[in-house]
Amino acid sequence: MTDATKPVPISKDEAFSNPEVIRRLARRHAAERRFQFYGMSAIAFSVLALFILVFSIVSEASSAFTRHHVVFDLNLLEEQVIPETGDTAEDIASNVSGFNKLVQDNLLRAFPTFAEDRLKRRELFAIVPRLGVLPMARKTAERPETIGTNQSFRVVLSDDLDLFLKGRVTGRRALQIGNAGRLGEIGNNFFSLSDAGPDGFPNLQEVWADRDQLGGVLVSVNGSWYRLLDVNGAVMSIEFLAGQLPQIGEQNSASIEGLVLSAPESDRTISDHQIAWTLSLQDQGRVERRLNTSLISHSDSTYPELAGAAAAIVGSILTMIFTAAFAIPIGIFAAVYLEEFAPTNRLTGLIEVNINNLAAVPSIVFGLLGASVFLDAFGLPRSVPFVGGLVLGLLVLPTVIIASRAALRSVPPSIRTAALGLGASQTQTVFHHVLPLAAPGILTGAIIAMARALGETAPLLLIGMVAFVNEVPTGPNDEATVLPVLIFKWFSGAERAWEPMTSAVVIILLVLLMAMSLTAVLLRRHFERRW
Amino acid sequence: MMETLGHLPMGWLLFTFLAATGFGAFFMGRTKLVAVSQSNSAVINGTHSQPNYHGYFVAMVTLLPAALIFLVFFIFGDSFVRSEISSEFPDYILDLPPIQITQYLDRLSDHSSMRVPPPTGNVLFDQASIRMAQLRGEVRFLTLLLALLVASSAYTWAIRRIDPAFRARRYVEEGAKIGLFMCAAIAVLTTAGIVLSLVFETVLFLTAEDGPSVWGFLFGTEWNAQTGEDFGAVPLFFGTFMIAMLAMAVAAPIGLFSAVYLSEYASPTLRAWAKPILELLAGIPTVVYGFFAALTIAPAVRSSAQWINNLDFVPDGFLAAQPQSAMAAGLVMGIMIIPFVSSLSDDVINAVPQSLRDGALAMGATRSETIRQVVLPAALPGVIAALLLAVSRAIGETMIVVMAAGQRAQITPDPTSDLTTITAQIVALLTGDTEFDSAKTLSAFALGFVLFMVTLVFNLIALNVVNRYQEKYD
Repeated sequence: MTDATKPVPISKDEAFSNPEVIRRLARRHAAERRFQFYGMSAIAFSVLALFILVFSIVSEASSAFTRHHVVFDLNLLEEQVIPETGDTAEDIASNVSGFNKLVQDNLLRAFPTFAEDRLKRRELFAIVPRLGVLPMARKTAERPETIGTNQSFRVVLSDDLDLFLKGRVTGRRALQIGNAGRLGEIGNNFFSLSDAGPDGFPNLQEVWADRDQLGGVLVSVNGSWYRLLDVNGAVMSIEFLAGQLPQIGEQNSASIEGLVLSAPESDRTISDHQIAWTLSLQDQGRVERRLNTSLISHSDSTYPELAGAAAAIVGSILTMIFTAAFAIPIGIFAAVYLEEFAPTNRLTGLIEVNINNLAAVPSIVFGLLGASVFLDAFGLPRSVPFVGGLVLGLLVLPTVIIASRAALRSVPPSIRTAALGLGASQTQTVFHHVLPLAAPGILTGAIIAMARALGETAPLLLIGMVAFVNEVPTGPNDEATVLPVLIFKWFSGAERAWEPMTSAVVIILLVLLMAMSLTAVLLRRHFERRW
Repeated sequence: MMETLGHLPMGWLLFTFLAATGFGAFFMGRTKLVAVSQSNSAVINGTHSQPNYHGYFVAMVTLLPAALIFLVFFIFGDSFVRSEISSEFPDYILDLPPIQITQYLDRLSDHSSMRVPPPTGNVLFDQASIRMAQLRGEVRFLTLLLALLVASSAYTWAIRRIDPAFRARRYVEEGAKIGLFMCAAIAVLTTAGIVLSLVFETVLFLTAEDGPSVWGFLFGTEWNAQTGEDFGAVPLFFGTFMIAMLAMAVAAPIGLFSAVYLSEYASPTLRAWAKPILELLAGIPTVVYGFFAALTIAPAVRSSAQWINNLDFVPDGFLAAQPQSAMAAGLVMGIMIIPFVSSLSDDVINAVPQSLRDGALAMGATRSETIRQVVLPAALPGVIAALLLAVSRAIGETMIVVMAAGQRAQITPDPTSDLTTITAQIVALLTGDTEFDSAKTLSAFALGFVLFMVTLVFNLIALNVVNRYQEKYD
């Protein structure tokens, strides 16, 4: 009997020689390793996700931090610069059409081929945006003595061509074609070009073999740009686009540079001509790539190449001031009440549940509250930082309360007992002793809450902070927008150029948030106190 | 005089008035006490309260009633002016539907707020605008006058009570306590404001002529709110559910495994690195996630779907492969929620007593067996609460779905097609110029009400479970 109920003892040696046990142990250890591997991959996934997010946004934004400009040497003719409406500085500064005329005349002198063709002329003028002359106009208005003299100005290149030069749209590939032989004229602007050597452009033949896959080939000889039409044996037929006027005859073995484009003209927002004009300007050294300062100095615009985030940055700051003025004092006082004064009763319990629940209410519900109570019932104005601050204040209030309560709780009871024992009243104890000791923790929590408010978008959309704001707001009742909303608005813009601009604003926002979190972390480190 | 007062910025005026009065009253109270106690040689043991408290007392008594009057003015002043002026309208305007009267009043209000209102050519409108500015001026003037009267009489009363024996500190402290309580009560007021406004607008919506019935709203399957025809919200509920589930499919396993690994296996160095990275993920604004979803993830989802469609054994057009998709939104939302799940579960797992782990390990269990069979079952209620909170977060998330999920209200199990959600529709309906009286606008509030109730239930259950769980191991 006893033998049957007693478990068979397995000695250590026996266990490690029993194949069944060994197999089971191996399986269990494999399961252990698998489990650890899952855990590690979970963390790796988060790190990877963060990395991809930052990388994709930074790489997209990198092209928005610089911008191509075209240099113009202009004679500021008085009859163009001073508009008919008057000759005050303001009139000159807003004289877009006059300065545009100067710029356009300059472009026509540089590329006279299509001066008579209205459509081509418009195409040529489109390589710089119409409002791009505004800085020039303002500068001239500031220095009226320059009128009538020769001045050098930079005008931004149109957004699509800018992206083309940066290689962001329409892939391109340089191709060494060979040396030029004889250039013959076939028709108006159409030419034939033979190889200087005997081979007949082997590189080009090879590329041209899959011409259906190509978007087109541009060819540059002796400072002029052509479009390749066909390659026939050792002779190519080309169409003149821009640059030096072609000299018929021997080209003295000048080297031929090719540019293979990935998308056909019909699929692009920029034409072959516009590309050739821009490249030709670049050959003349008139295209400069410069830091895009307009991103933080300009306000919003319908043209991506002129738009900036200045108004949104100021709007964000104003809104944050109101949020902080509202949420931080009330949050601290509420925390002081709940932590130090509140009796344990149902009302206190209700308030606590309420605060915990409010912290988890979707942010858009606060937007609905703002729209229905502040805008509709109270009749407060739309799109203003004051109302935005109020809504965001309510939104982050629970966060401030919870953080402040934690900070108050971390102050040891001995401080309170000592103060009370020396005859301080409860209010004096709290305000003279506990609150100052809890202040660093409260401050840290408040900064984190403000960081959350700074990134909030949805509630502000509902109280109308999506308005197009092209003036920097100056007061609580000016129309304003904030950085996250600007991101949403630019993201919705149709043109391709908005994408890098949006990414750039995302980076500005993330840098601001990082600065705030870093401040919070440093504060916590500096004031951290072990009791 | 009254018209000029009508254009003064009332906010700054009141602020300056209150601040100046407060400081003045404080110093008067303090000075009086000092003067009285110095001249009164009968005071042997000094005063009951320090001089500052007497100052606070006077300032408090002076300011509170005036501040109350201003509050009433801010809330009711404008509507009072509006009702006064509409009672003076001729009958043909009063016979208009209420919506048009409100719009007329809005235009009047904007016009009369201008510093120099340009004449519009409409004689009645111009007259009404002038009258409105005048009325507004009168109301402001009366408010200021009343506040001044009340403040000065309160001040006179308070300054008379200043006496070395007067227990000013007691009153000030009681007042401060009431003030602190009011601050705490704002949280309750906010909830009440949310519930009341949502219920009010929802009732308006459901009783409106072109609005749906309760049944039609909750169970209808056609949603066309932009054109103001169909208000069946089921496609939105479906889209919300679908995207939240996709998000949880990413966030729940990854968040849980991260939490388990960080709290049970990770070396202190790894913890010191991994935790801030997870916190970074939590600190990124949702609009940035939305942008990331639209910029990077949505095209990737689309090309993968096209690749699957091109496989030989897959029927043509098996996946919708839309440029905006539920999958893109769900994936990115999942990434956003990972730190949320992991930090909540981390707390919960750390709260499991070490003795349970030690017991299991002593019995010969491996660490993963201990975690799976002892720690996680013990932490289960807390983990479930964390997941519930995460779901509630996913349901309420707005910007990611607005930017990456699309606007089409449809019911389809295909995650690569575009879907719309409750939150995305609220934004679509309420962005831009809104009038608060159309069924289209009101439907957004009804959706908001559903959203609030669902998240409220989730939050309350989760908070309740967490509280009980904490009590269990404390």
